[in-house]
Amino acid sequence: MSSDNGSPKDVTALLEFRQVNTHYGAVHILKDVDLAIYPGELVCLLGGNASGKSTTLKTLLGMVTPTSGEVVLDGEVVNNKPTSYRVVNGVTMVPENRRLFKRLSVKENLELGAYLRNDKEGIAEDLEKIYGLFPRVKERLSQKSGTLSGGEQQMVAIGRALMSRPRVLLMDEPSMGLAPALVQQNFELIQQIHSDGVAIFMVEQNANMALSIADRGWVLQTGRVVLDDTAEALLANPELRASYLGEG
Amino acid sequence: MSAAAALLPSSALHQDWRKVFRWGLICGGSLIALCLVGMPVELDRREIVERYLSLGYVSVLLVPICAGWVAATQIVLEGFESRKQGLYDLVTGLLVGVLGGGGLSLLMVALDSWNLRDPLVNWSPKLLRFLTYENGMGFGAGAWIITCGVLGLAGASLHVVPRVVRRVVAIVLMGLLALSVLESAVSDLSEGFRLEWLADLIYAKKGGLTLTSALVVGIVMAVVAALTDGRVKAVTNRYREMEGMERQKASIVLFAVVAVLCIVLPIFLGKIMNELLANVGIFLLLALGLNIVVGLAGLLDLGYVAFFAVGGYTTAVLTSPNSPWFAPELHFGVSLIFVVIFAAIVGLIIGAPVIRMRGDYLAIVTLGFGEIIRLLFMSDWLGPYFGGAQGITNVPGVDLGFATVKGTDPRSVFYLVLFFCVIAIYVSWRLQASRLGRAWMAIREDEQVAEAMGINTVSAKLMAFVVGAVLAAFSGAVLAAKVGSIFPTSFMILVSIIILVVVIVGGMGNIAGVLVGSVVLIGVLGGPKQPGLLQEFQNFKLLIYGILLVFMMLKRPEGLVPSARRSRELHQDEFLQDAWLKGDKLGIDDDEIETGHVEEESR
Ligand SMILES: Nc1ncnc2c1ncn2[C@@H]1O[C@H](COP(=O)(O)OP(=O)(O)O)[C@@H](O)[C@H]1O
Ligand SMILES: [Mg+2]
Repeated sequence: MSSDNGSPKDVTALLEFRQVNTHYGAVHILKDVDLAIYPGELVCLLGGNASGKSTTLKTLLGMVTPTSGEVVLDGEVVNNKPTSYRVVNGVTMVPENRRLFKRLSVKENLELGAYLRNDKEGIAEDLEKIYGLFPRVKERLSQKSGTLSGGEQQMVAIGRALMSRPRVLLMDEPSMGLAPALVQQNFELIQQIHSDGVAIFMVEQNANMALSIADRGWVLQTGRVVLDDTAEALLANPELRASYLGEG
Repeated sequence: MSAAAALLPSSALHQDWRKVFRWGLICGGSLIALCLVGMPVELDRREIVERYLSLGYVSVLLVPICAGWVAATQIVLEGFESRKQGLYDLVTGLLVGVLGGGGLSLLMVALDSWNLRDPLVNWSPKLLRFLTYENGMGFGAGAWIITCGVLGLAGASLHVVPRVVRRVVAIVLMGLLALSVLESAVSDLSEGFRLEWLADLIYAKKGGLTLTSALVVGIVMAVVAALTDGRVKAVTNRYREMEGMERQKASIVLFAVVAVLCIVLPIFLGKIMNELLANVGIFLLLALGLNIVVGLAGLLDLGYVAFFAVGGYTTAVLTSPNSPWFAPELHFGVSLIFVVIFAAIVGLIIGAPVIRMRGDYLAIVTLGFGEIIRLLFMSDWLGPYFGGAQGITNVPGVDLGFATVKGTDPRSVFYLVLFFCVIAIYVSWRLQASRLGRAWMAIREDEQVAEAMGINTVSAKLMAFVVGAVLAAFSGAVLAAKVGSIFPTSFMILVSIIILVVVIVGGMGNIAGVLVGSVVLIGVLGGPKQPGLLQEFQNFKLLIYGILLVFMMLKRPEGLVPSARRSRELHQDEFLQDAWLKGDKLGIDDDEIETGHVEEESR
């Protein structure tokens, strides 16, 4: 690993993995993974199919418990804290394939994003913010979310995640299943959310596009971090170009 | 063929012959199966219109109507202009009916020539007499082919006739059927109001409507139906669209009317009707509980009867002097506290291990638990405590000071169960709108994502189990007080299944639906052991429950009374599609939605 991967040195990481290992039953998935996400960053985790990207996100969120190593939130080890603790403290996930509550209305989906919040005014305020961000969502509030188009579902999925007022948004392959025309738009949206001060941890197979907007990135291969560097360095890395960017 | 072709426009002959044949076979096959099951002959005893029409014939005649209707339903391909209904479909219906009638004729010939009584119990001269109308084979065959053809045609024409006609016909036929089925209730009620003459006027001495009354009532209903066309819809729509205070006011009025009816009506009803109402109440209470578990939280619990048993046995042990091991002879009210505690504990014990399983596994394991609990109560091992197969007898009624609730006075039992049902409805209603209710909805839709939102899925699911368990246990407690004894045989697996059917048929996750489902199914068909209004159905109850379940799952998965939200969802698909067809993806016109709505509802 390169010694200078471009990460800020003098601030506490918002979310961190220290030598994390996870297992599904006897199958070893993540192997000694080190990661750190700092406040306000936009970082990405690249990797092929079944390399353990989704598992990384689930472990960060506490849906999977590591067998060894530490998950650290704001300097505190949270291995044994439930998902709700992490959500309350600003960690939220946009799941793979968006996974809306299909038979519930758009409004209900958004409200469920704020499930752990009790501040009525704050929730109403955030709803308005989301309507401002996605006017199309506002038009479809009472519609069953399963009947939305792919792009609209993505908006609701992101809106639902924003409803918990995250400090870091974990996004599992946000461009997967979107029409090519929407992918670019989607990345712009991610940048916009990022510019509002939300840190983004994005998991992608679409390495080129992801690295073009990210500050830093990691490459995961069968559960092991094989590269950890700045986005520019990764983009220039011949090894990565060969295996992930479809060249060579 | 050529003569026919000359008479009819060619479109009538451009049939999808495979479809006609398939539905004709289905129609004939169902008719034969129905006859061999013995339903028509047995139901022949029940008159609908005196001397002219029995329930047996109704059950047979319904088949070609349905087959004609279904066969004439065209498949609407997504994104294609739908073809106009017309002559083509009418001919389809007619042919399907004729084929069905042909099936019955074949059965008649077979009945006459061979004796297959040995494997087929209902292969009897009685069936032949039923089919031939005691008028000889030739007449029978001809009559059935013509009748079925006409009915198939009628079924198919339901698609073609204007909506008003369809509505009037449906209301008159259903109304007359209901009036006849409700005969004992109506007679009982008119006796209570000292209006015996009214019942005598409507019903024949030996049961069933008289021909005159059927005609008069039918005409009256037709006129009313034609006049009120569209109004009922408008009123319900307005109610659905109300919001906030206005809605609350309307709900209160509605609730008050229902409450007054529930309290006043039983006073004018006799013993049998009150008994029936009490049974409906007991099952309604169970269904409300299961509705929370299955409808709201999406946990398919097939062992729900276990909690019913826990409530019954707890009450019996704590209140009966005959309890074999420990007989504190508590008052019913005091024992209720323990009923709640034990139900909650058993809910946790059963819930904890199964809660991490997904859908189908959960169903199978709970099914097992349900049986285990019953077998435990029946076992010799626990016999010294719970009486084994002999159960616990001599459970006292509920002494309220001014009155005693006991089985010999079913009216009091009804009021007791009504009290619990009101509690259950209130609790369900509040829970639905609560934070826990929203967590249940999310879990039902996608458990993993719900977890990612920070919802504690394990405790939310356990809560659903516990709330459901307590409601079922209340029902068991009432059962113990009503029957005066408790046996393991009251808690067969069948109870779980029937309650599930009630919930599904009524409309999962919807209180009004569960109410309607219990009243219609338990009231008319009857519970697992309890007779309903149609006692003649006793032997076919399970068959009908099964058919209903399959039919509802296929054709109307949202239940008889879909919740406002779910029906909105359904229509959304339709009008979105319509809008898309018109090349207008965004501009959704209100009128369009309206008509789409009405069309769907009236089918
Ligand atoms: N719940 C699970 N149980 C067992 N194995 C799993 C589970 N989820 C994922 N896996 C396995 O873990 C590996 C990594 O999965 P995942 O993290 O989803 O990969 P990615 O998101 O990179 O495609 C895969 O081999 C997958 O089959
Ligand atoms: Mg993945």
